Amino acid sequence: MTPQPAPAVAGKLASPGASISVRGLTVTYNNGFTAVQNASFELEPGTICALVGVNGSGKSTVFKAIMGFVRPVAGDIRLCGLPVSEAIKRNVVAYVPQSEDIDWNFPVLVEDVVMMGRYGHMNFLRMASRADHYKVDQALERVGMSDHRLRQIGELSGGQKKRVFLARSLAQEGRIILLDEPFTGVDVKTETAIIALLRELRASGHLMLISTHNLGSVPDFCDQVVLINRTVLAAGPTAEVFTQANLERAFGGVLRHFNLGGAALHSDEDSRRLTVLTDDERPLVIYGDERKVEGPAPANPNSPKRSS
Amino acid sequence: MISELLVPFSYEYMAKAMWVSALVGGVCAFLSAYLMLKGWSLMGDALAHSIVPGVAGAYILGFPFAVGAFFSGILASTAMTFVKQHSRLREDAVIGLVFTSLFALGLLMASIWPTSVSVQTIVLGNILAIPNEDVIQVAVIAAVSLAVLSLKWKDLMVTFFDESHARTIGLNTGALKILFFTLLSACTVAALQTVGACLVIAMVVTPGATAYLLTDRFGRLIVISVALGASTSFAGAYISYFLDGATGGVIVTLQTLLFLAAFFFAPKYGRIASRRRQTAMAEAAP
Repeated sequence: MTPQPAPAVAGKLASPGASISVRGLTVTYNNGFTAVQNASFELEPGTICALVGVNGSGKSTVFKAIMGFVRPVAGDIRLCGLPVSEAIKRNVVAYVPQSEDIDWNFPVLVEDVVMMGRYGHMNFLRMASRADHYKVDQALERVGMSDHRLRQIGELSGGQKKRVFLARSLAQEGRIILLDEPFTGVDVKTETAIIALLRELRASGHLMLISTHNLGSVPDFCDQVVLINRTVLAAGPTAEVFTQANLERAFGGVLRHFNLGGAALHSDEDSRRLTVLTDDERPLVIYGDERKVEGPAPANPNSPKRSS
Repeated sequence: MISELLVPFSYEYMAKAMWVSALVGGVCAFLSAYLMLKGWSLMGDALAHSIVPGVAGAYILGFPFAVGAFFSGILASTAMTFVKQHSRLREDAVIGLVFTSLFALGLLMASIWPTSVSVQTIVLGNILAIPNEDVIQVAVIAAVSLAVLSLKWKDLMVTFFDESHARTIGLNTGALKILFFTLLSACTVAALQTVGACLVIAMVVTPGATAYLLTDRFGRLIVISVALGASTSFAGAYISYFLDGATGGVIVTLQTLLFLAAFFFAPKYGRIASRRRQTAMAEAAP
C-alpha cells in the first residue's frame, strides 16, 4: 500500500462522511480457494447499499475483507479513505451479525451487549464512563428497546434481537455499518422499523452495506446495489443495476421466474408486463416500469419459450 | 470440639494445601466460565491427560514439571491440528485419539522408568504431599493467570460472544484465544497437582456450569463461579484431613453437590422454578 492515495480518495480523506472504496479485491483462502476475484466498487456517504448474491457468491468474504478478517492477496480497500486496519482502530466499522452466529443462551443482558459497542472507545480495562452509559441509553432509546434492557438476550423475539445489535452499532458510533442478512427471521413490522432506522442513519451520513438475498425489499430502501458472484457483476444506483437481466446473471438458474404480459395477461394495447423474480423467500415484483420494458420475449435467453 | 476442628490449620502442610487448593480452584473456575459457554468443556480434560507424559518426563529428567507439561501441551495441540488437517476425522474423534494416546504414553513412561513420583500422584493428584518448590510453581501459575484474567475478562467475553464484533473494535481475537488456551493449559498443570489428571475436568467445568444456572450476567457469573471454585477447593482440602481421603475426590464431590442444589433450586433456571412456571402457565391458559 503506497502512502500516496489516488486523487479521488485523497478528497475523501478530509471529508467526515463514510465511504467504502474496494479496488481489484482478490481473496484466496489458505486452502487455495479464490472466493472473490478482482472485485471493485465505490460507495459514498449517506448510502444504503445492498450486497446481493447467492450463497457462496463471496458476500461474506467481502464483509470479512472490509473488517480485516481476511487479508486480500491483491487489491485495496479504503474505508473513509483509510486502510482497513487504521479504520478499525478508529471504530469506523460496526457489524450487525447474522442471527445464527450468536449464542442466544450466552449470559448477557441487552444493555451488556449494547455496552460492548463502547469497548473500542474505552481504556484497556474497559471501564465504562458516564458518557459510555449515556450513549448506551441513547442507543437503546433510539431502537425502542429501553424497556427490555435488563432482559437476557435469548428472551427476545427475532426482531428485538436485531434491534439490540443495531443499538450496539449505534453505540459504537461506526460511520460504516455492515449488516449480515438483517431480515432473516424477522416479521414485516420489524423489517419496516429497521428500514426506517436505516433511513434515519442514511440522513445523518452513515453508510450501510447490507448483505442479503432478500430481493423483494431491496428496491424499497436501498439506493445502491452491488451484485456479486465471485466478482462484482454490476454496481451502482438501484434503478440501473437491479434489473431482471443483471439479477439473472447474478443468480443463474437459482431464481424462480414469472413473466406475464401482453396477451397472457389482458387483451388490450397495454404493453406493460408483470415480472416476478423470487428465490422462494420474498419475490421481486416488477410491473410496467418503463425501464423494464424489453420486448415480448423473456430477457433470459436460456429460459424456454412457450408458444401458447 | 472446636479445637479439634481447628487442628488442620495448625499443620503447616495442611494450611498450605488449603490455600493453594483455593487459589487453583478459583482460577480454574474463572476459566470454566468461558470454557463451558463455547462447548469446549472436554478440551480441559483432553489437555490434562495430554500433559501427563510431559509431567512424567520432567520428573524422570529432573526438570520442573511445568516445563514438561508445556512441551507435551504443545505436542498435543500440534498433533491434533495435524491429524485434523490431514484426515477426514471429526474434531471429537481427533481429540479423543490424541489425548488417550498421550495419556497412555505417560503411564508407560512412568512404569518403565520408576521415578520419585508415582503414577497415582499424577492421575489422582496429591496436594497434601507435594514438595515446596512445586507449591511455589503452582501458586505462581495460578496467581499470574488470575491477574491476567481479571484484566482481560471483558475482552475475552466479547471475543467469545461475537468474534466479528471483537475485530471491529480493534481486538486481536487470535491473540486473545491463544492467551486463553495458554492460561487454560497452565492452570490445568496447576490443577493436576491438586486434584489429578482425571478430575481436572471437573474443576474447569462444574463451577461455571453451576453459576450459569444462577445468573444472566457474565460478570456475576465469573464472581459466583470463582467463589464456588475457591471455597469448595478450600473446604475440600480441609475436609479431606478428617476423612483421610483423596483431596480431589472431596473437592469435586462438593462442587457436584452445589451444582445439584443449583440444578433444582436456582431461582430462575432451576427445575423447581421452571416446573412452577409451567404449572402457572397451565393454570392461566384455560
